[in-house]
Amino acid sequence: MGVLQKSKPARYSAVGLVRRGLRGDTWPRVWREVPLKKSYDVVIIGGGVHGLATAYYLATNHGITDVAVLDKAYLGSGGSGRNTAIVRSNYLTPEGVAFYDRSLQLYKTMAADLNMNVMFSERGHMTLAHTDGALRTMHWRAEVNKLQNINSSVIDPAEVKKLAPSLDTSSHPRYPILGALYHPPGGTIRHDAVVWGYARGADARGVEMHQKTEVLDITVEGGSGPDGKGPGGTVTGVRTSKGDISAPIVVNCTAGWATLISDMAGVRLPISTRPLQAAVTEPVKVFLPTVVVSGSLHVYVSQTDRGELVFGASVDPFNNYSVRGSLDFTEELASHVLELMPGISRMRLLRQWAGLCDMTPDYSPVMGFTPVQGFLCDVGWGTYGFKAGPVSGEQMAYCIATNETPELISAFNLSRFAAGELVGEKGAAAVGH
Amino acid sequence: MLLVPCPNCGPRNSADLRYFGESHERPNPASASPHEWRSYLYLEDNPADWLKESWFCRSGCRRYFTLERHTGTNEFRSPPMPGNKVGGKA
Repeated sequence: MGVLQKSKPARYSAVGLVRRGLRGDTWPRVWREVPLKKSYDVVIIGGGVHGLATAYYLATNHGITDVAVLDKAYLGSGGSGRNTAIVRSNYLTPEGVAFYDRSLQLYKTMAADLNMNVMFSERGHMTLAHTDGALRTMHWRAEVNKLQNINSSVIDPAEVKKLAPSLDTSSHPRYPILGALYHPPGGTIRHDAVVWGYARGADARGVEMHQKTEVLDITVEGGSGPDGKGPGGTVTGVRTSKGDISAPIVVNCTAGWATLISDMAGVRLPISTRPLQAAVTEPVKVFLPTVVVSGSLHVYVSQTDRGELVFGASVDPFNNYSVRGSLDFTEELASHVLELMPGISRMRLLRQWAGLCDMTPDYSPVMGFTPVQGFLCDVGWGTYGFKAGPVSGEQMAYCIATNETPELISAFNLSRFAAGELVGEKGAAAVGH
Repeated sequence: MLLVPCPNCGPRNSADLRYFGESHERPNPASASPHEWRSYLYLEDNPADWLKESWFCRSGCRRYFTLERHTGTNEFRSPPMPGNKVGGKA
């Protein structure tokens, strides 16, 4: 592992791009690679958008820079690089709406904040209703959203057709389009750039990123379980494949692998791991101007700037840590998409993949403190983790720096399951309406 | 496609079955403490390893059964055993 000298990171700009292009300069590495130290103030497990955003906001908002982000693979190799890159805030519960709206605000100014072109495209987001029941839910969501000043309204099939002419709005299909919840601030963003932007910003402020560093165990003292782990214990550090680290604070941001990590600390989480599959077609001329979602058909479609259609579906029906795609999924996806857009029947799929989702029983995350002192979680993000990345990082950083749970995430604590105070978020992507 | 070995119908596509997650005993509703009951409701083992789980043969014999599956490789280990609805007694 080569140690690169830390120099002031180059500021990205159009002028710099032209200058480097003309000179034929090589681009400097975006973040340093340094040897693992023996101790840190904060260790964050998981180098995805949640872990990196937490590190970034710890450094920028709270001046805590002695932070290591560990990932067993490479940065953004999990859900952060496997999602369908859709951002929106038109959720159903008031807690959810307030939370995702803050995230959307952070996404809007992200390119300037991080000095990174994250290609945020505020193209509008449309959730189709195929039944009277679904239409009723759309009205409900629209009213909840309006109450919180979120731009969201129910539109009729004629307006749907105007926004996305390729959709079949006739009365013939098995799932006719009766209307839609239209959310203009929703859109898409380049998810890799978000990951790299946070990593670059955190690195510039002194945070260390350690890739290919697997956490093997978490050391806890004084707990009620075996080896001093479990409730009542205090975190002392982590054992990794590259050596032991002592740290008073360890944060679990590992999404699909969340229970494997928290089991190491003796904390049980109400999470099951399910793959969510997605696919992308060959590129064609841009014809779909908005993001189109159908809850009943379990499909969401958007078109990238390159012209590929990106499809996502609901989570697989059984627990699984495998990220292999299945034929079931492709068949179902194709039939559902053609139900919406019969005109694309000759398009070919280029590839399909899966990402691991950490599903909770109420489709809301588990954030903040746990019964083990110094062990924090930012998990349970299921099918909605990417769009919540920035705000989660901001709020988790606040948690770590002040040792207090901020108002915005207090509803998402782990103890809600023991207390029976679940936050049923039926506006989540995996839920049919 | 995952072929799930049903003890009555033989290998079936997983789409024909319904998954009920980790197979664990249901505490007695009359005597369980709220803590035990909520643990039963919400906490399941989620290993990247062998898992004993319950399935329901939805479009075949319409019976519940348990088996062991590896959640990383989707291999089945033990022969499927007739079982009850997850955690419940017949």
